[in-house]
Amino acid sequence: MTDTPIVTFENVTKSFGRTKAVDGVSLAIPRNAFFALLGPSGCGKTTLLRMLGGFAHPTSGRVLIDGEDMADVPPNRRPVNMVFQSYAVFPHMTVAENVAYGLKVTGVPKAEIGPRVEEAIAMVRLDGMAARMPDELSGGQRQRVALARALVKRPKLLLLDEPLSALDKKLREEMQLELVRLQTEVGITFIIVTHDQEEALGMASDIAVMKEGRILQIAPPRQLYEHPTHRFVAEFIGASNSFECEVLGIEGGMARVRAPLLGELSVERASADVRAGTLIVRPEKMRMDFSSPDPDPGEVLVEARIDQISYFGDLSVVYLTAADGRRLQCSRYNTNRIDKGDPPPGTPCTIGIHPEDLLLVGD
Amino acid sequence: MARREPIGPLDYTRRLWLRLWLLAVAVFLYAPIVILVVFSFNDSKRNIVWQGFTTDYYVKAAANASLIEAFTNSLVIALVSTVISTIVGALMALALWRFRFPGKPGLDGAVALPIVIPEICMGVALLVFFNRVGVSAAFGWPFSLLPIIIGHVAFSFPFVCVVVRARMAGFDRSLEEASKDLGASEWQTFWNVTVPFMKPGLIAGGLLAMTLSLDDFVITFFTAGPGTLTFPVQVYSMVRFGATPEVNAASTILIVVTVILTVIALRLQRPDKEAAKLA
Repeated sequence: MTDTPIVTFENVTKSFGRTKAVDGVSLAIPRNAFFALLGPSGCGKTTLLRMLGGFAHPTSGRVLIDGEDMADVPPNRRPVNMVFQSYAVFPHMTVAENVAYGLKVTGVPKAEIGPRVEEAIAMVRLDGMAARMPDELSGGQRQRVALARALVKRPKLLLLDEPLSALDKKLREEMQLELVRLQTEVGITFIIVTHDQEEALGMASDIAVMKEGRILQIAPPRQLYEHPTHRFVAEFIGASNSFECEVLGIEGGMARVRAPLLGELSVERASADVRAGTLIVRPEKMRMDFSSPDPDPGEVLVEARIDQISYFGDLSVVYLTAADGRRLQCSRYNTNRIDKGDPPPGTPCTIGIHPEDLLLVGD
Repeated sequence: MARREPIGPLDYTRRLWLRLWLLAVAVFLYAPIVILVVFSFNDSKRNIVWQGFTTDYYVKAAANASLIEAFTNSLVIALVSTVISTIVGALMALALWRFRFPGKPGLDGAVALPIVIPEICMGVALLVFFNRVGVSAAFGWPFSLLPIIIGHVAFSFPFVCVVVRARMAGFDRSLEEASKDLGASEWQTFWNVTVPFMKPGLIAGGLLAMTLSLDDFVITFFTAGPGTLTFPVQVYSMVRFGATPEVNAASTILIVVTVILTVIALRLQRPDKEAAKLA
């Protein structure tokens, strides 16, 4: 029983008038996952989440939670709780009243409410704030109230709608760790909707990347970054350099391709379905030489000129223009504290790419 | 040309002409009321010149049976019509805020109609209507007040509706969703989340409805059956025979009553103020 997915979408479509917000999505989310729905705004990820909460209904297809069809189950009967993007903390109730609300309205005995509320407030580290009103709290604290309020119900599923988007960067990083800690502590499946790839990579155990109502790829963070199956996924998650190419032949997991600048070479295919597409390579996997070329054996060399260098502290991103006018970017860790000086714009340089760092992805 | 020194917003209050202007406004607004109250203690029948201090006219007013009757009628009418129009107005506001239905723009406009229609027209309309359907003073008190109450509800509930709707415009719908998500039914959500948010609007709308009802003359005059008196109508008939300090005394009492009710209502509203800031 524990092997069955906690959530199943079966060919779910949701239309608003003529536009399809969700277009034939089938998805199974495993138990105890920290699952992220990632995509640009308007890709249908929030609609999927709202379907789980019961605030949107599929035009066709089925949504199952723990094996049960949710078609006729209203939001207040679902074993699911949600943390809203606006937090939706009740402004006229104290922190404790907010957290107790879900227990009170469902008739949990009074003797049980007190300890459970206390436990939930302690879990999100709001001890001593139980009597505060929401307008006496910071944004981060209000979010913790929303979290406690949802977790106190002991749902099978916790839904988080862009939970960190309203927080500043430092607090966001803190909450990321906090959410992961909570998820392992309570052992509930978390489903988070986000448009922030760093957030998804940093927290989730599995990520589904969505575009225009469809799911392009579902994978753990590392695989998503290193083995994207679509050009869109590669460009949405992290940065990437792409080279359109001609596929000459396919040999198992590899493809023989010809690409401008790179010539003819054998590269890995992102999946068995990929028979044509684009070559991608991550900026940090390219070796950059400002002076004389000193090639590794097997490396492909590309001649380029430096346009601009952006300094981000831990790393610098070098923007380049290749011999054929193509824009490339290449990142370098600033491993030395001593500034050796960046070469000025216009400096020619040579880029070395190992064919094993190249990947053939679908368009 | 000498350049004028720019001055800060608060510096304006130090200008003499502005202070004089403020004084003029204050006099214009409050002098009549102050004079009304002061002259209720005037020991003079004609009440034109100050003759000396007395509370006789309060005693006299308290002993005036028809004045007391009119006063009671007015309070009963005001309370009943306020309760009804607050409920009707709030429900109307909710319907217009929450749902989309055929004819909504029409209804939206129609709600505001009683606010803009001249009172005299509404009075005549109600008079004709009540004659037709035969709601009259056939029953004894308090049912004889029914036509007036209906009339007052008809013109005051749109004010409640407008106020409550303005309040609901700032409501975050996800609060309702959160409530349902936490297991509350539609009904529990309404009482626990929607109504508390609406409360300042309800109180403001209710206060408005009550003051409108208390001092309404025109519509009451047209809808009152024979022998049914309300305070404004009674005062009017008393003034026709000369304004004695008794009228002033009765009016002063009415002012005190309304001020007390307003203060109570605002007190009730206060704990919600912080909540309102958030929303």
